[in-house]
Amino acid sequence: MTVADTAHAAGGSFLDTPGRPGIAGWIFSTDHKRIAILYLTAMLTFFAIGSALGVAMRLEQLTLGETVMSATTYNAMFTLHGVLMIFTFVIPGLPAVFGNFTLPILIGAKDVSFPRLNLFSWWLFMLGATIAVTSLFTGGGPPDTGWSFYVPYSIKTGTNVPLAVLGAFILGFSSILTGLNFVTTVHRMRAPGMSFMNMPLFPWALYATGWVQIIATPIIGITLLLVIFERLFHIGIFDPAIGGDPVLYQHLFWIYSHPAVYVMIIPAMGAISEIIPTFAHRTIFGYRAIAYSSLAIAGLGSLVWAHHMFTSGLSEVSVLVFSLLTFLVAIPSAIKVFNWVATLYKGSIELTASLLYALSFIFLFSIGGLTGLLNGALAVNVHIHDTYFIVGHFHYVMFGGTGFAFFAALHYWFPKMFGKQVNERLAKIAWVPTFIGFNMLYFTMMVLGVQGMPRRYYDHLPQFHWGHVFATVGSWVLVLGLLMMFGNLLAALFRGKKAPANPWGGVTLEWTVPSPPPVLNFDTEPVVNARPYAFNPGTES
Amino acid sequence: MSAPEAAVAAAHPAEHRDYQGSKIGMWLFLFTELVLFGGMFIVYSAYRGMHPDAFHKAAGELNVVIGVVNTLVLLTSSLSVALSISALQRGRKGLSLGLIGVTMALGLVFLVNKYFEWSHEIHNGLYPGSPHLMDLPPGERLFFGLYYTMTGLHGAHVIIGLTVLGVMAWLLNKDRIRADDFIKLENAGLYWHLVDVIWIFLLPLFYLAA
Repeated sequence: MTVADTAHAAGGSFLDTPGRPGIAGWIFSTDHKRIAILYLTAMLTFFAIGSALGVAMRLEQLTLGETVMSATTYNAMFTLHGVLMIFTFVIPGLPAVFGNFTLPILIGAKDVSFPRLNLFSWWLFMLGATIAVTSLFTGGGPPDTGWSFYVPYSIKTGTNVPLAVLGAFILGFSSILTGLNFVTTVHRMRAPGMSFMNMPLFPWALYATGWVQIIATPIIGITLLLVIFERLFHIGIFDPAIGGDPVLYQHLFWIYSHPAVYVMIIPAMGAISEIIPTFAHRTIFGYRAIAYSSLAIAGLGSLVWAHHMFTSGLSEVSVLVFSLLTFLVAIPSAIKVFNWVATLYKGSIELTASLLYALSFIFLFSIGGLTGLLNGALAVNVHIHDTYFIVGHFHYVMFGGTGFAFFAALHYWFPKMFGKQVNERLAKIAWVPTFIGFNMLYFTMMVLGVQGMPRRYYDHLPQFHWGHVFATVGSWVLVLGLLMMFGNLLAALFRGKKAPANPWGGVTLEWTVPSPPPVLNFDTEPVVNARPYAFNPGTES
Repeated sequence: MSAPEAAVAAAHPAEHRDYQGSKIGMWLFLFTELVLFGGMFIVYSAYRGMHPDAFHKAAGELNVVIGVVNTLVLLTSSLSVALSISALQRGRKGLSLGLIGVTMALGLVFLVNKYFEWSHEIHNGLYPGSPHLMDLPPGERLFFGLYYTMTGLHGAHVIIGLTVLGVMAWLLNKDRIRADDFIKLENAGLYWHLVDVIWIFLLPLFYLAA
């Protein structure tokens, strides 16, 4: 925040009091709430592009042989689908949008620690995403390596890998700066009386996520730089023709990219931990366990990367150790699931659209997590490695987990962000095809995978045909649900009724300020002297 | 800062000056830089473990004297940047500016040495993908691949550091860094020390490995 911004009284809504006129009031604003909405707009655009690519891939699998695109185009499609969805939607997803919007308010602060750095992160995000999209249309054609850019293919292919890798590198830098900003904010900006143990669980999750971003992301930075150097200067580090070892690339890639899975899921869990108590009207069960399990997931999750490489020829000892560690990560994740369910027990549950998505999260994430254990088991892994089972599994975690948590959070905080009420009935109707289509699409993929359907093939054998047809129809149902959901949200944005300050009966700090919040969030600095989620003060701890 | 802005700032003394927060942020950033180079150190140790003799032999091709001189140059520059902060804290703006100038000059000396060193090696046919290098065993090719990548990446950090110090000198000259508001210079100094510390690890790994 610049000094001039403090001249505004805390009075008017942040949506109505721009620092500068027009679009400049947004893209140069250091207000964490405006930056959150910038991210939301950009991310949903990339999500739409990524979804369109996904639907096109499903269309290709509708019939045997070439349906709508060549094998080369299909390779480019799954690469760009992966790069866009992972680097521009699920990784920044909840922290950049809802973290930016709610973190300062939830801890009783006026903004994040480094507001200008926050804006800079958004600019880097846009630059990186633009470069990644540009790689589609320039150079030797769209990259066809898959989002993991595995060497040696990624250093040999004539397609536009360097530009896509550069885009991913810049997006990583943006992610580091956001994580650094949030960790510092949690340490320095908490309101008087808000000790760590009085802090709501979404900030706890963002704090753990921030550490993972800081610790893990630089490794992908250097790895991607090495791929670029390899292509430009033939330094040989990953090139077996010169003496390098491609498996080393896989290690470095997954040292980041596995923890990145937790960058995606921990904030999602944090948002669910906010939503469940509000709609159960009951204190969260096991506050400490949920808070510490975020840290445990962040810590353990940094030590399991080689479970992506069980078929790469690692030693027997190391695969056993990595398999064991993989099983251990399930414990803190399960702790959270049990605590959410226990919170609902005997609560007075109000089944809103937001809670529907949150409950879907628990269901879908549990399937995703448990199938992850199948992948982590050494013998099973060899059978299902590089099949549709993996594709189904990670879509359950990333889309069923992070994606559905994103939708839950969007419905939960929408009235706070835009000051408008969403039509609850339509939102619930939209949930039905979203949930059914999702399971038709991805559960079928897991079945196909167990039967032996390999991933990343543009065609399939006749015995997999009906499974593919069913999954493709599922993708249409899913898209129908998504269109209904976003249509309903857009209608609310333009024609929705004005939202009250506290539409859900929530008890965390964001519900104490008007909807939408004033520029400086609070008229008077809040003082917090109790645990969050005190729905019935005195009767519950 | 204009007069009305200064008045606003005076009215909110503790609001936007969280020195400790700025330092936490800077240290976290330095930590990410260490992890970035940490990735390279992992690669180095993996390949050195595979080819100990080739690394030993290839390191003999490097000029230890230039390596040591450059170490001394960087260590001295770390001292001068630290002194420039002390000078500013004592209100001696001119001296502080001069010491930043000394730091930047030493950084340039480092880069010039590096330029001659690389030119010499490239002249001898020791660069990635060169015909001469491809005749050598894989371990020596990897050594030089790592050497150019790691010292090059470090050199890029020296250039970034010089740019940052240049901006600090400009801010100091404009009185936007003052005796009572020096956190930017302190953080820039921390960055410069990081560049120095990384070099201290590169010296034994490449030059003294022979």
